Amino acid sequence: MGGPITAALAGGRAGGRAGRSLWLIWAIALAAVPLLNKLPADSPFYLSDFVVSVTGKWICYAILALSIDLIWGYCGILSLGHGAFFALGGYAIGMHLMRMIGSRGVFGHPVLPDFMVFLNWPALPWYWHGFEYFVFAAFMALAVPGTLALVFGWLAFRSRITGVYFSIITQAMTYALMLAFFRNDMGFGGNNGFTGFKDLLGIPLQTPEMRSALYVASLLALMLSFLLCRFIVSSKLGRVLVAIRDAESRVRFLGYSVTAYKLFVFTLSAVLAGLAGALYVPQVGIINPGEFSPANSIEAVIWVAVGGRGTLSGAILGALAVNGAKSWLTTVAPDLWLFVLGGLFVAVTVVLPNGLIGLLRRRKRDEGNGQ
Amino acid sequence: MIKLRTLPTIALLALAMLICSLAPRPATAQGAAADPFAAALERLAGGDFGQIVEGINALAALGDARAVPILRALGDNALAKRQSDQRLAILRDDGPIDAATGTRLEPADRAAYAPIGINNRVRVALRGALGRLVLFSPDDAERLAAAQGVYRSRAAENLPLIERAYAAERNPRIKAQLELALAATRLMSPDAATRRAGVDTLGASSSAEARALLVETRAAANSDAELVAAVDRALASLDFRLQIASAAQTFFQGLSLGSVLLLAAIGLAITFGVMGVINMAHGEMVMIGAYATYLVQEAIRAWAPGLADVSILIAIPAAFLSAGAFGFVLERGLIRHLYGRPLETLLMTFGLGMIVQQAVRLAFGAQNREVSSPTWMQGTIALPGGIAITQNRLWIIVFGLAVLLATVAVIRFTRFGLNMRAVTQNRPIAATMGIPTGRVDAMTFAFGSGIAGMAGVALSQIDNVSPNLGTGYIIDSFMVVVFGGVGNLAGTLVGAFILGIVNKVLEPYAGAVLGKIFVLVAIILFIQRRPRGLFALRGRFVES
Amino acid sequence: MTTPAAPAAEPVLYLDGVTVTFDGFRALNELSIVVEPGELRTIIGPNGAGKTTMMDVITGKTKPDRGTVRFKQHDLTRLDEVRIANLGIGRKFQKPTVFDHLTVVENLELALKGERRPLIVLFARLDADERARIDEVLTLVGLTARARAPAGLLSHGQRQWLEIGMLLMQDPELLLIDEPVAGMTDHETHETAELLRRIAGERSVVVVEHDMEFVRALARRVTVLHEGRVLAEGPIDHVQNDPRVIEVYLGR
Repeated sequence: MGGPITAALAGGRAGGRAGRSLWLIWAIALAAVPLLNKLPADSPFYLSDFVVSVTGKWICYAILALSIDLIWGYCGILSLGHGAFFALGGYAIGMHLMRMIGSRGVFGHPVLPDFMVFLNWPALPWYWHGFEYFVFAAFMALAVPGTLALVFGWLAFRSRITGVYFSIITQAMTYALMLAFFRNDMGFGGNNGFTGFKDLLGIPLQTPEMRSALYVASLLALMLSFLLCRFIVSSKLGRVLVAIRDAESRVRFLGYSVTAYKLFVFTLSAVLAGLAGALYVPQVGIINPGEFSPANSIEAVIWVAVGGRGTLSGAILGALAVNGAKSWLTTVAPDLWLFVLGGLFVAVTVVLPNGLIGLLRRRKRDEGNGQ
Repeated sequence: MIKLRTLPTIALLALAMLICSLAPRPATAQGAAADPFAAALERLAGGDFGQIVEGINALAALGDARAVPILRALGDNALAKRQSDQRLAILRDDGPIDAATGTRLEPADRAAYAPIGINNRVRVALRGALGRLVLFSPDDAERLAAAQGVYRSRAAENLPLIERAYAAERNPRIKAQLELALAATRLMSPDAATRRAGVDTLGASSSAEARALLVETRAAANSDAELVAAVDRALASLDFRLQIASAAQTFFQGLSLGSVLLLAAIGLAITFGVMGVINMAHGEMVMIGAYATYLVQEAIRAWAPGLADVSILIAIPAAFLSAGAFGFVLERGLIRHLYGRPLETLLMTFGLGMIVQQAVRLAFGAQNREVSSPTWMQGTIALPGGIAITQNRLWIIVFGLAVLLATVAVIRFTRFGLNMRAVTQNRPIAATMGIPTGRVDAMTFAFGSGIAGMAGVALSQIDNVSPNLGTGYIIDSFMVVVFGGVGNLAGTLVGAFILGIVNKVLEPYAGAVLGKIFVLVAIILFIQRRPRGLFALRGRFVES
Repeated sequence: MTTPAAPAAEPVLYLDGVTVTFDGFRALNELSIVVEPGELRTIIGPNGAGKTTMMDVITGKTKPDRGTVRFKQHDLTRLDEVRIANLGIGRKFQKPTVFDHLTVVENLELALKGERRPLIVLFARLDADERARIDEVLTLVGLTARARAPAGLLSHGQRQWLEIGMLLMQDPELLLIDEPVAGMTDHETHETAELLRRIAGERSVVVVEHDMEFVRALARRVTVLHEGRVLAEGPIDHVQNDPRVIEVYLGR
């Protein structure tokens, strides 16, 4: 499932040449999974719907990892609250999906989602209006995380909250949002969040066509995010970001507004995380406040660390590798998973600071030297 | 001589008078004929229910504690007349005794006694009378219950009785209750002045019950403008005092929460504040301390049940040592490789926390483990003004402050503390002066971790001991350290208490969750103005 | 009729009565210093004399409790580091700070005077003039051979020069240079003095230094700071023979 993509991607990027082969990998990954899904079920190459949706989910995680790598790997900002942006994007699409249920809910109310009927709410709260339009919801999925990041980042960067302080307050931010979304009177379904979605753009979510479409959309989004991030990190702005990471106050004395740069990249990163969340929710069919849990955010950071921060393909590779391992281990030996994940945190910081990509590059270099 | 009082005939009374006059007891000076107690007892034996009720009421009005067992016996159908001489007797399982004197009566055979029958009217009278009479019981608890009883019944006829009991009462708590009862009963009086006196007394109290009474009185006293005005005045003064009481209660709860935060944060103030190591496994250190407490308790239950009450005291060093040892190993094994890389340290310790949590979950199970409080920590203390303080919370405040003081003392006055300060202030110079910096680092980290373990002992008293015990406190403790100013124990103290109190003040208005959110947002905004906390260090060295 | 003041009369840097306290400690105490256009000024003083704090005040890192700090007509106490840098004040830190993960050329590119807004920087490309300017500075600081090397791989002296080169890319009117020759060989020290003398003239340069050899090599006006205020000021020979300066340096 994830194996060939992972290996191929790693190989392509580890060589350091984003050449034709990379595009080929993208194209294959894009086409192969939905096509293999179309094969007859008894074919050895057949990929089940389940595999398609799991892979699609991982791709969303890869976008999230990319967004974290952009700020952490390149600008040295460690956000422990990126899960919040992911979840907000997911909630925005979730609201659209809830509105699309219409009168097919348990209570059969034409407008109100089930949980509102259950809470005896007379009408839709003002902030639910507009979400019946997909375009509006899609816009909000990006705008809400972006705006939150803009405001939060402005407050934090302006007063030069850096390093671990920033990490801690971002963690507090996602924690506060989690507590807030657990509340029924927030109007986001409380504990249970949103589920029981029916269809998107008129097509039922459960159909293979829809699943394939979501998969392709996620992969395209990942590709575009990757290209955007690559454009940014290879521009002069990207070099300013690295400079901020290396010596923040020096950058300031060179006349760059560090606040503006951080704000720019933090907001963009939050938008990408929101995009990931928006693509994720229709594929998993549920969103609840648990997505805001601080552990989720920090786990996403570790994907990046495992893959190799400061390299965009490392972030993608890390997300796929760790989630692949998680899927496998939680079925084989569920008790062990947390040990492995915790061990990854330790291993990646103490012995493998450059992650898998760093390891691959070193091996490549060593081979080169040997010849 | 006392038994003479129960004699029904004049002749015997005369004889009694003669004997009593000979006896040296002052009580006997009254004389039997004038003795209202004896007269009331006579009525009980009188025959018809009307007389019995009169007798009961007469006994109740006397306020003589001796009547209590007699009336109880009557209620239990155990009061009887001796067939031979109509003397009142209480039929106990071990034989009849004289109702008046408590001495044994002959014959022991029950057939020689005729029980005194009662009906519902008598029962009602009995209940009221007993309620009033217990006011004079020698037992504090009984008197208190009686005082609460008359307060609730509010019968105007009780007034003289309550006045008498109030005058005689020595126990301040019961006296206060009686004062309330007196006031409440006065409200029922037909006399306007008495009613007003009652209103004033209630106004001077500070209980929600008194307030309800006043509101009720005000509603009933629509015609009496003067009374209404008095009630309004009383209500205003009562409300003010109730507010103070509730503020004091909130304050205490805030202190209590603050001391929990303090305990969890002191260790962080050492590891994060002093050493600059951001330990996300700090919550797990707390959890280890709580499990150490649990294990000590289980060990004592198994091998030395007699020590159960001091189990928690044994747990304190046990928790300190186990969490400290873990911290030592952690620092030597992993953290020291990451000095100067705070973000990596953060991630590494988070992962480590995960491993520890999962290991504990596998070893002890995911369910909550129960740690019981020793008896001396249970119960509540009632302060005047209706403020109730739970003992264990009070102990935790004391413990938190004690740990803080001990920490300060260790840093200030010990060799280890001196080394620690030297190393954190200037590592190279400390090293050149022969201080083993590596070992000091390890010891400092172990010290901070040990304090976290002691926090676990305290938390085991008020929270569930479960593998994710520490997770709930870690963000809050970091907020305390950041808010108070990193590297500053005074800031940690003030920060912890301010956050605790603000949390509790917000709770009634916003609920626990929203209150917490407000506090988090407020801290984020606060850091805007003072990025380095409440007690920030200033100077050119700060940023390096 | 009054004669209009000669343009040269307006100082580039004007500090008057500047006081900074940290928790009761007076880092700067009524400090007053004036730097003329094109001047090369050396500032010396024992540890804790307030040299670095003075730099911090000028560049906006530290706000003074009171006093006047002017750069030409601009009141620097009201501006932050970024604004001050963009006004034309460049600063070299005591500890060489360059961007280790960027190459020498990239370091210089970032310092290049020009647009600093993120969205414009995102699409910025070097034009021929700018390339020429980078080449010029590379030659000036002697790093042409290492142009494509990451700054992290440079030697200590090379890092110092790279940082000076970055200052030059900024094209500032005033350069503040904190201990430029710390850790340099004698040869490098000599070259650095040469470099600074070349730079001064078009721009004003303020150098803080401990190394008296170097100060003598610069051979310009010297200000001695002590306990946050000016103890002596004048040519190096004059200052070196001032009994108060001798007392401060040799102890009392």
